[in-house]
Amino acid sequence: MSNRYSAWSLLRGALARHANWPAAWRDADPKPAYDVIVVGGGGHGLAAAYYLAKNHGITNVAVLERGWIGGGNTGRNTTIIRSNYLYPESARLYDFSLRLYEKLSAELNYNVMVSQRGLVLLAHSRHDLDAMSRWANAMRMNGVDAELIGREELAHWAPGLDLSPGARIPVLGGFVQRRAGTARHDAVAWGYARAASALGVDIVQNCEVRGFVTADGRVTGVETSRGRITAGRIGIAAAGHSSVLAALAGFRLPVTSYALQALVSEPLKPVLDTVVLSPGTGAYLSQSDKGELVIGAMLDLFPSYAQRGSFAITQSILAGVLAMFPAYARLKMLRQWAGIVDVVHDSSPIIGPTPIPGLYINCGWGTGGFKGIPVGGWTLAHVLATGENHPLAEPFQLERFTSGRLIDEAAASGIAH
Amino acid sequence: MMIIPCPHCGVRDENEFQCGGTAHLARPPLDASDREWGEYLYFRDNPKGGHRERWRHAYGCGRWFNVVRDTVTHEISAVYPITEPPAR
Repeated sequence: MSNRYSAWSLLRGALARHANWPAAWRDADPKPAYDVIVVGGGGHGLAAAYYLAKNHGITNVAVLERGWIGGGNTGRNTTIIRSNYLYPESARLYDFSLRLYEKLSAELNYNVMVSQRGLVLLAHSRHDLDAMSRWANAMRMNGVDAELIGREELAHWAPGLDLSPGARIPVLGGFVQRRAGTARHDAVAWGYARAASALGVDIVQNCEVRGFVTADGRVTGVETSRGRITAGRIGIAAAGHSSVLAALAGFRLPVTSYALQALVSEPLKPVLDTVVLSPGTGAYLSQSDKGELVIGAMLDLFPSYAQRGSFAITQSILAGVLAMFPAYARLKMLRQWAGIVDVVHDSSPIIGPTPIPGLYINCGWGTGGFKGIPVGGWTLAHVLATGENHPLAEPFQLERFTSGRLIDEAAASGIAH
Repeated sequence: MMIIPCPHCGVRDENEFQCGGTAHLARPPLDASDREWGEYLYFRDNPKGGHRERWRHAYGCGRWFNVVRDTVTHEISAVYPITEPPAR
């Protein structure tokens, strides 16, 4: 079913006028029982299913997706991958993810278009400069690449950035992570789905989980819009809807759901070949391979499950972008959307067991879930397969909200929240 | 853009307000266990639907008030003083 892609298969496809390409993955109907169920067919859920099969040999697995795969935050982000976090625990986690991304196209035999074009953070004040020195040095201490750069280098990294003495928003310097960049978001979902499906995983769409079945306090299955499905172990990877699923299972999470919006412009010729992030204005932007400027915003700072961003934020973000890049003033915006993100007080994820035995969760990635897809899937698969937390995920447990051992990445998570 | 009725100033744009999160959270006693304290600080119902929450008219009168707002439609169904018990 899933033929291996290669130059030869491309040639063969071309000779057949591209009429014979098989479906990349199998759109399965649910069976009554599985060894493991993953709730949520976004990047994290699909990656978890793939690594369950690949790393642990567990192939009797279903991914249950309420809508279509990759239709939630995986299809609603700004495609940025990076590992510029402050604390050692986070550096290990996110850099593992970035390293998996670096080899993901070969691993999945699917081009996820990883482009390590670098990510530049802008310092707008003397205090920003000091904070970024600390941040970049912390990264280097943790073995992650980071370079402090001055204004002259910024002119090279981000042409069009207003560095003049009269700039409305002064830019004094910044730092760059060269290994950061972008990846094709849909391809990450499709690539994991195809690879998981080829190993025997059932990917079930239009299948909404409406309740959890338990016996003696242990989870034994789910009630879905397509009937009851049983499984010994269940993982939740539902991002902004994590609290809704947790409520169905009878527990609460330290999560609040917010809308995080982004927008794209009409296509341009190449103008920006890096990712620019300005924590001061809450804006970040890059240029897609199609030429659109992809602009990310800060959160709409009120709880929301509406997948649309508030115009109040759109306005302030665009004002920030234009103050920094005056030349973009006449660009038309084509699309604006929002994803519902699961924000935790320390801006770090939660990957491990829940209060219900047999039920595990991967949530709390907040505004930065896309970059975490490979490691989120890897570590959720590990705990689902073995019942033990993966060492990378050990610091990122629900228990930290009782012990107080938070990993506060509020600053390094990139944008204000 | 949400339009929010400030009980003191009248109907204003969302930009003038700041959301203070879930309303009616009761601070536990000083001898609370770590678990109770953690629940109070961090754990939330985070409902999809009606949510009682605090708002402040930051760029107006500066005063706090409570609303019941739907987190899906953003529709505000009740506005009531910060000192009042939970509205339905």
